[in-house]
Amino acid sequence: MDQATPPAGNGSMIKVSVWRSTGPGGVAAGEGRFEAFDVPRQPSQTVLDVVTHIQRHLDPTLTYRFACRVGVCGSCAMVVNGEARWTCRTHVDKVSQDGTLEISPLRNLPVIRDLATDMSEFFDKWARARGQFTGTRTRKDDFAVVSPLSAERQQVDLGIECIGCGVCYSSCDVVEWKPDYLGPAAMNRAWTLVNDTRDQAQRERLAAVAGDAGCHACHTHMTCTERCPKHLPLTSAIAGLKRVTTRALLKGEL
Amino acid sequence: MSRAWRNRNHPAWWAFIVHRVSGLVLAAFIPLHFWALGQALAGEAALEGFIAWTANPLVKVAEFGLVIALAAHLAGGMRLLMLEFLPWRDWQKSLFAVSVAASIGAGLLFALNMG
Repeated sequence: MDQATPPAGNGSMIKVSVWRSTGPGGVAAGEGRFEAFDVPRQPSQTVLDVVTHIQRHLDPTLTYRFACRVGVCGSCAMVVNGEARWTCRTHVDKVSQDGTLEISPLRNLPVIRDLATDMSEFFDKWARARGQFTGTRTRKDDFAVVSPLSAERQQVDLGIECIGCGVCYSSCDVVEWKPDYLGPAAMNRAWTLVNDTRDQAQRERLAAVAGDAGCHACHTHMTCTERCPKHLPLTSAIAGLKRVTTRALLKGEL
Repeated sequence: MSRAWRNRNHPAWWAFIVHRVSGLVLAAFIPLHFWALGQALAGEAALEGFIAWTANPLVKVAEFGLVIALAAHLAGGMRLLMLEFLPWRDWQKSLFAVSVAASIGAGLLFALNMG
């Protein structure tokens, strides 16, 4: 597919289809159609560069979200040629098919307008998965000592780098089929806290993730793990929750 | 491939489809299986008549498919249990490959003994 991508520079262009909202706003903002733009190819051009070019030079009404441009903030994720990605860290060369790009908002989230989604539900689910740390110490106590070599701490290390971009949530078929499903990112957060030896809300957390919308609804498609831009083992985190909730159930703790 | 399906084009998603389709095939087969066993209640002749019908080559091909479905569902189920109840390893794609190989192996063994 890459051979057909026009080379950068030399005045060559790339054909871009961008999702545009046609509804007035609110839920209706999800209604829309693809609009075609021709964008000049540049060396090392990212998909975010393409979107920015469209807004600055072709149509200033295009709505999208970004901040850091370097894969730190997690705000520029969109669906590019069918796959959710960070647009800032995706080169056009890597994803264009026959010299075309199709860019749409993240799936499974309400669209605010064009390419910007409302991520409230995504983050509310982190809270619903009991994603808050509950400690017991105060500032007067000494530091808690957690060995970096302990099995629990190493599990935490695997999942803690999540920046909440929503790529996994957008890619997950179970979220699409079952809208109240907590989703991979929220449960990855819960798993890092299940392994936090200082946390005192473990029973509530296990109850929060063991329900109908929780870890046992996961079909192990592993699309979250395939798509995570940080390569976090999300399915592993959900499988971990399945294990600990099953164990807790057998012990009568759930 | 359409862009909508590109998101799903990876081994674990195929494993899910194989498991789901083989499960549906087996669920559809079970009532037929019990019905065939039930023929014994109608007397020896009825059962023998049915067993004779199963010598039909098309039925043999269907049986081959059924064995593949059973092996795939069993191997896929073992894969899922290992994945969810054993400590996680980065071997999940290999596990899927082993499941596929085991299913095809079982099917071929059945085919060799057919006839």
